[in-house]
Amino acid sequence: MAYAVKDYKTEVWVDWCPGCGDFGILNAIHQALAALQLPPHKVAVFSGIGCSGKTPHYIGTYGIHTLHGRVLPVATGFKLANPEMTVIAVGGDGDGYGIGAGYFLAAGRRNVDLTYIVYNNGVYGLTKGQASPTLPKGVQTKSLPEPNLMEALNPIAVALGAGYTFIARGYAYDVRHLRDLIVAAIQHRGTALIDVLQPCPTYNNIYTREYYNARVYKLEETGYDPVVHNPTDEKEIVEKKAQALLKAYENGDRIPIGIFYRVERPTLEDELAARLPHWGKALANLEPIYQRDLTPLLDELR
Amino acid sequence: MPKRFVSWMIGGPQGSGINVAAETLAKAFSRGGLYVFANIEYHSNIMGKHSYYRVRVSEDPIHAPVEEVHLLAALDEETLFGDHHHNPEFPTHHGHVHEVVPGGGIIYDADLGDIRDRLKRDDLRLYPVPYFEMIRRALEPFGKAAEYRQYDIMRNTVALGATLAILDYDFDLVAEVIREQFKGRRARLADMNIQALRVTYDYVHEHFGNDFPWKVRRRERRGDHILIRGVQAVALGKLQAGLGVQTYYPISPATDESTYLEAVQSKYNVVVIQTEDEISAINMAVGAAHAGARASTSTAGPGFALMPEGIGFAAITEAPGLVVFLYQRGGPSTGLPTRTEQADLGFALHPAHGEFPHIVIAPGDVVEAFYDSFEAFNWADRYQMPVIVLVDKYLASSYITVPRFETRHLVIDRGIRYQPAGQRDGYLRHAVTESGISPWVVPGTEGVVFWTTSDEHNPKGHISEGVLHRMEQMDKRMRKLELAAREIPDSKKFTLHGPADAQVTLVGWGTTKGAILDALEELSALNGLTFNFLQIRMMRPFPAEPVGAILRRARRVILIENNYSGQLGNLIREMTGFRIPHRVLKYDGRPFTVNEILEGVRRALENDEERIVMISSEAREVIPWPTR
Ligand SMILES: Cc1ncc(C[n+]2csc(CCOP(=O)(O)OP(=O)(O)O)c2C)c(N)n1
Ligand code: SF4
Ligand SMILES: [Mg+2]
Repeated sequence: MAYAVKDYKTEVWVDWCPGCGDFGILNAIHQALAALQLPPHKVAVFSGIGCSGKTPHYIGTYGIHTLHGRVLPVATGFKLANPEMTVIAVGGDGDGYGIGAGYFLAAGRRNVDLTYIVYNNGVYGLTKGQASPTLPKGVQTKSLPEPNLMEALNPIAVALGAGYTFIARGYAYDVRHLRDLIVAAIQHRGTALIDVLQPCPTYNNIYTREYYNARVYKLEETGYDPVVHNPTDEKEIVEKKAQALLKAYENGDRIPIGIFYRVERPTLEDELAARLPHWGKALANLEPIYQRDLTPLLDELR
Repeated sequence: MPKRFVSWMIGGPQGSGINVAAETLAKAFSRGGLYVFANIEYHSNIMGKHSYYRVRVSEDPIHAPVEEVHLLAALDEETLFGDHHHNPEFPTHHGHVHEVVPGGGIIYDADLGDIRDRLKRDDLRLYPVPYFEMIRRALEPFGKAAEYRQYDIMRNTVALGATLAILDYDFDLVAEVIREQFKGRRARLADMNIQALRVTYDYVHEHFGNDFPWKVRRRERRGDHILIRGVQAVALGKLQAGLGVQTYYPISPATDESTYLEAVQSKYNVVVIQTEDEISAINMAVGAAHAGARASTSTAGPGFALMPEGIGFAAITEAPGLVVFLYQRGGPSTGLPTRTEQADLGFALHPAHGEFPHIVIAPGDVVEAFYDSFEAFNWADRYQMPVIVLVDKYLASSYITVPRFETRHLVIDRGIRYQPAGQRDGYLRHAVTESGISPWVVPGTEGVVFWTTSDEHNPKGHISEGVLHRMEQMDKRMRKLELAAREIPDSKKFTLHGPADAQVTLVGWGTTKGAILDALEELSALNGLTFNFLQIRMMRPFPAEPVGAILRRARRVILIENNYSGQLGNLIREMTGFRIPHRVLKYDGRPFTVNEILEGVRRALENDEERIVMISSEAREVIPWPTR
């Protein structure tokens, strides 16, 4: 049975502002799920809190809308308890790089097989446009009473340091390109980050559709090779990271999108599979767990 | 009949192995058919600060420490005379000599010289043992005698050897326990230690009389017993319950439980994950619970203080199978990281903003910790609400002989599950039902999907701020608590120990249970009054009616709590209107001794005191065991 894009949609009214970049991201997710023909009951979408956090309600898979900043821990716990599921986490830039920054780092270190899509709009949309961690210093978007006081964080650079094994940037208004990135991210074994440039027409009057349309270009069209071909070669890893870092800081007249860095490393699941005799199924359905015999442990306590 | 017992204490700097010596002795006692209760006091420090371990042993079951010491083994000077030399301005203690009973003994390093003047008492038996000389002699057969100073760590074994000789206990049993500790390539260390044990044992027999009045003899005991620590009992209960995922961030005194689980994870298929902080720990557990696993996180106050948001999230999304273990320690803030307290009852009862149902259970001892840890997961599944198991540092480190846990009657109940009815069948994760329970489903089930959110929602799990959706969801969630209150039997909620019509009723919760039970027997024998003990175990849903009825019927009521304000007393007043007139309290970070219960009850009854505050015998004279 083939799944159509409409099989991944819901009846729920989408309550984003007209023209919001989030629509593009949502469409790209729908299309990616259809492209991969993933059965809806085998996919779970998690979100943080924010405009972006509404996403799961608009997707016809399992949808768990969590707390502000905590989407990665919740998604990680879910995935470890039920490794058969395809897990996608989404959230805002405030959610992921601000209040959730600690989890953003730890997720890179853990390398659980999941995809994390960050809606990077430079603002806190749902709380009416305060500066987010990616808004550059000195910039004054519409609802800021004064220019922004702090430097911007570079998500790609941080992700490189944190150990993400798939790092990409997408653009909300290039849906087809973003769809392909999401497909590649889901297919990647390990934690995949896609930072998505997402215009917020309501609060961010600086980093707009026009701004990005004039600047974005595709890395893959320049012959850029993001892949570490020998993942056991530490030297190649560092070289590929250095190359990605240079690209990450290219944010003037030309802004790259596409895959910045990619490497195959053992996932946390691989490590657990080596430790646990019955790894791989939903723990909830794992019979041995319900029939544990404590005799050997009790015997040790004599 | 009052119990006969022998009380031994070993003291020394952290890192000197007092725990190994104490636990070896406890194990040898317990295997020798005796009952042991042992507990450690230690600093939040890795090396050097003073720690001590009490081992109480009896032919009858015992459940708590006493403060008098029959035999004290000192690995250092501080154990005898306190820390004036490190802390001249603000010394923290004056040693343990004053806790030794008249006629009792002290084992110490002969290198300290003549200590008789400094002891300021002459009613003790002194056992100066040249520790390093013992180590040197022990190393001779191994050709290492010249390096004896490097084997400083064996001082604890020397103290143990002297102990065995003085108490006249079974040498071979102790040797057997030591042998088990050093297996494989470390077997040679076992031989060295057993040699040190032997050399000291012989030395003490040779140099001192065999007149110590408190001897310990092995005996036959009926039934299968284990010697177990609180953290192990909790971990075993969780394993038996089918725990799938355990998350944790390291914190005393909760970590040991997680590391125990991690050590057995490959035998039992438990996913144990050390997270980046406690916010992650709780949320990861909630995520695992939503995936259908039985999930848990274990922490102490400072970690629990980071969890409210996640607990509220679990409550509003009705995650099944989530149990949080809170090991109380001295607060507030970092407080007393390695000391005990019962001061988080109020916190556990109000663990997040807003109103939501949850269950709080407080096991009173190691045995209840096992069974309650098991049962907590059944409740978490059945009622799809967070369950908090309230334990403490004292329980975590209590080491006690108990009957081997019986597991055959334990039944895993995963609650009411949804039966899918074909493709896209319109499953409602938060369906409004009469009981309040919305059947849950394991994600991945063919043909089913669901949504849920930390926002208020409609039955389908989509955000809704509609007045009627709010009302029906709120009411249905709270109905689950009423259901839990009806379904969970009273026997899980409270226990009235002793005669129902006693003249005096003691009221307590959690780990004061052991000291109160041990005191109960003494009290009845002493005062000619009859006593019973009302132990409250379930704090929410609170058994207000039966507890209120018992208290209103009682003649004299005394509250005993390991905190400053009497939090259970306040809860009882809130829930039943009953005001308990006497409060025996303790908040110096140490658990109640049996002596303190006896004394507190005496003062309440004889002097009619309302607020009686106990301070540990570390900082005062011992309360003499009542003579009759
Ligand atoms: C703990 C906590 N603090 C604050 C908030 C309020 N809050 C809701 S959304 C939001 C920021 C959203 O910004 P972002 O994550 O960038 O998402 P966007 O709306 O831009 O998609 C904040 C601060 C909250 N929900 N929880
Ligand atoms: S505030 Fe911005 S991010 Fe939020 S929905 Fe409106 S346009 Fe989109
Ligand atoms: Mg944002």
